[in-house]
Amino acid sequence: MTFMQPANRPAGRGKKMKELLDLFVVFARIGGFTFGGGYAMLPMLEKEVVNSRHWATEEELMDYYAIGQCTPGVIAINTATFIGYKIKGIPGGIMATLGVIAPSLVIITVIAAFISNFMELSFVNSAFAGIRACVCVLIFSAVLKLGKKALVDKITVGIFAVVLVLSLFTDISPAILVVLAGAVGIIIKGRGKKA
Amino acid sequence: MIEMFIRFFGCGLFAIGGGLATLPFLYDIAEATGWFTFHDISNMIAISESTPGPLGVNMATYVGYHTMGVIGALVAPLALVFPSVIIIIGISKILDKFKTAAVVQNALYGLRAASAALIAAAGIGVAKIAFLGSEQMQEWSFSGLGQLINWKAVLLAAVVYGGLVKFKKHPIVYIVFSAVIGIIFHY
Repeated sequence: MTFMQPANRPAGRGKKMKELLDLFVVFARIGGFTFGGGYAMLPMLEKEVVNSRHWATEEELMDYYAIGQCTPGVIAINTATFIGYKIKGIPGGIMATLGVIAPSLVIITVIAAFISNFMELSFVNSAFAGIRACVCVLIFSAVLKLGKKALVDKITVGIFAVVLVLSLFTDISPAILVVLAGAVGIIIKGRGKKA
Repeated sequence: MIEMFIRFFGCGLFAIGGGLATLPFLYDIAEATGWFTFHDISNMIAISESTPGPLGVNMATYVGYHTMGVIGALVAPLALVFPSVIIIIGISKILDKFKTAAVVQNALYGLRAASAALIAAAGIGVAKIAFLGSEQMQEWSFSGLGQLINWKAVLLAAVVYGGLVKFKKHPIVYIVFSAVIGIIFHY
């Protein structure tokens, strides 16, 4: 946890404010370019939070996503709160969350107020057809990277395969799948240790 | 306004599993208050899918604005995220304390694999919309499949992937690039 080193501890109020502002700005940028729900945020989180700023590790990111699935609320918000809290405690959690929702508030309000025919604008549809193709690639490349960290043995590959099939072909809630996967982890790993 | 806060607070408290999970709650609110109609909700979904940001937040903002103007657009999404923030901060505190416990480590070991699978499934969902045409295939055939696939989108995806591997730029760069390509070539 490099960010916990004394050198990075806030020296005073000014530094603290700057770090909070930093959280807000980074998460606002992520929120402003997350097209298509919380999962689409992953490639951006990986780049900004894991690679550039080292605010969290890839494993932690997976944990936050999984826990965000089975706790109430929007996944994107849950993940932002987790990371913000980890960096700067409760104010950090609040700032990261406000950051991630700020672009939505502005954009949706503007659309609701001024653009009544937003969906009929052909350039909007064209742009989004392009963005969707791009977002798929970004998500899969993020999954490949994170998968290396999560799928460490046969058991985890098995869990991955079962959850993938169930979530593609059944209506079972993701929350239930996550809880079951956690239970499997506890049972199999716990037993393995005793043996 | 207080009623709006309470209703969206409840929505945020009980909707588990992302933006679309808020839908049943929105239908409830529509029925109970008449603030908006079911038709409005389907409009909202379409707009939310074509704007950045989490679906749930977008919908709350849209509903809030339509019922109460700018104040509503602030109150509804804040009420929606309020319960999450409290719950997640609570969980973070607990996790910090028990992070090293074997049970927690074992649970997370299983959770990460599930998490990767759910994200992959979401990617496949987006891929279906992005690469398959909207027309239903009448009969199974290879030529039918060829028509069904949106080749322009596949080509763009290949270009983006090539760029991603070669240049490792920020994801925003690729998103903006794809939006521009989409507009220029009428995707």
